[in-house]
Amino acid sequence: MNSAAITAQPIASPHAHGGNSVTRTMFRVQMALVPATLYGFWLFGWPSFFLWLLTILSCLGFEALALKMMGVTRIKRTLFDGSALLTGWLLAMTLPPWAPWWVAVVGGFIAIVIGKQVFGGVGQNVFNPAMVARVALLVSFPVPLTMWVSPLPLTSLAAPDFIDGLRIFLTSLPQPDAMASASLLGHAKTELSRGIDLFHSLAGEHAPALSWIGARSGSLGESASLLILAGGIYLIGVGIISWHTPAAVLAGLAIPAAIGHAVDPGHYLSVSAHMLSGAAMLGAFFIATDYVTSPNTPAGQIVFGLGVGFMTWVIRTWGGYPEGMAFAVLLMNALTPVIDRFIKPRILGRDRKGKPLDIPESKGA
Amino acid sequence: MSDNYGNIMKEGLWEQNVVFAQLLAMCPTMAVTTSGTNGLGMGLATTAVLVVSNILVSMIRHTVSSQVRIPVFVVLIATLVTVVDMAMNAWLHELYKVLGLFIALIVVNCAILGRAEAFAVKNGVGASAVDGLAMGLGFTGALTFIGLIREFLGSGTLFAQASNLLGPSFAFLEMKLPGYGGALLMILPPGGFAILGFLLAGKRVMERRLDERKAEKAQLAAA
Repeated sequence: MNSAAITAQPIASPHAHGGNSVTRTMFRVQMALVPATLYGFWLFGWPSFFLWLLTILSCLGFEALALKMMGVTRIKRTLFDGSALLTGWLLAMTLPPWAPWWVAVVGGFIAIVIGKQVFGGVGQNVFNPAMVARVALLVSFPVPLTMWVSPLPLTSLAAPDFIDGLRIFLTSLPQPDAMASASLLGHAKTELSRGIDLFHSLAGEHAPALSWIGARSGSLGESASLLILAGGIYLIGVGIISWHTPAAVLAGLAIPAAIGHAVDPGHYLSVSAHMLSGAAMLGAFFIATDYVTSPNTPAGQIVFGLGVGFMTWVIRTWGGYPEGMAFAVLLMNALTPVIDRFIKPRILGRDRKGKPLDIPESKGA
Repeated sequence: MSDNYGNIMKEGLWEQNVVFAQLLAMCPTMAVTTSGTNGLGMGLATTAVLVVSNILVSMIRHTVSSQVRIPVFVVLIATLVTVVDMAMNAWLHELYKVLGLFIALIVVNCAILGRAEAFAVKNGVGASAVDGLAMGLGFTGALTFIGLIREFLGSGTLFAQASNLLGPSFAFLEMKLPGYGGALLMILPPGGFAILGFLLAGKRVMERRLDERKAEKAQLAAA
């Protein structure tokens, strides 16, 4: 082929470039995460910032290492397309804010090497890398991964300063009991297993209003549902994600929760508790919408989202773990190829069953 | 080639390693390699069965017609496994309690029938015995290695309870990393698959490097 043929850019329909790129998409998703992240830093102080930073650095480091070992020549370009950064960011959003440093390093390794690069890198992974790491960490290290702290805003006196934050982050000493606190879902599950129903266990703390502004214990991504929701709506607005998956996830979670709560409010959490706790919002807008691991068609995305939401509710209600979003996303990731096999886009010029459409007779011919 | 014992040893231990090259016997590989001791015990039990079954199959290879050979081999192997099973129950009872089911399952271990079919029916008794030994030791090595890695990452110990298998004099092998809780995932099946995957990748890289070096040497010699 001569050089002219390569440089000539055909601009007819199938070849027109929308101007979008992996980097730009990733950048916009990161922009949408900024408000919730900053708010989380304010709530949980310096340790959460160090955790966030090291998780991202570890993801980038392992990405560079994996690319180098695979003999990729354009390491910089692939490294800074933002995908590893986003994986690290999302992973950090789901970790307990005061988790020790090695959680970030191990998490970065699992997410990038086992979750992504062994499948062939960006666009090839079967499972969402951040969720693979989240689940692997939770299964491997149950204690540090369920150590939630009460919010301690940076401006309050008791908040650890920079040096204290670093010490908490690096030494991973057990936290004083006054700091430890259960997340809403964990609290409800523990109390239910002790035979105390929700009317009593949720009295006082864990009011829904606090969930909206996020002043309660949890991960960075679970604290401020409102800010996550705003980021998600921004993403839908700029066309990075479509509304199908998030709407379906939230519906899949809300509908069974509403039915359960109506039948027995003492045993089943209310819709608002489900929607505003755990990774419901983050999962619906930022994790289940991952292009690579979710179906391609709107109908497929609705099936996928309903599955994620419903399984999250099932795991939260009857499972061994208080939160099930990560498991639900991974399970539905595994089903994505099947969904894509049964729900295909209509072929151009054919109807849904694959029969050619009647082409109106053109006059003259 | 089949009479070259050195070659047979090399094939069994490295080039045709049951786990790392043939990817046979994945069931015990995943299930019992949660510690180095378990891997070693399982590997040795399999080796014992493999050597004797290879010898017996090789001895009867001219008598048994090929139409009925598989049932005959299975009966032979099942007998041997039962002997090993009972022997371990009697003398290595603690280890037997851990490995229990998987000892009995050596009967259907594809490595054993595989070697009977692929090697013992075509070769003499001596070569078959060496092949069984090489394959068995390769299997043992692989299982122990995977077991040690998983044990170290998963519970922070090395050769825990080795004295159950080797006697009290080997208690010095038992090591523990203080202050390490262990990554539970490594003890669970996903950890086994992940470790095996990384080891396979490592073996491929090593082999490619060796081939490259060999090719370079050949070029130098030619030049």
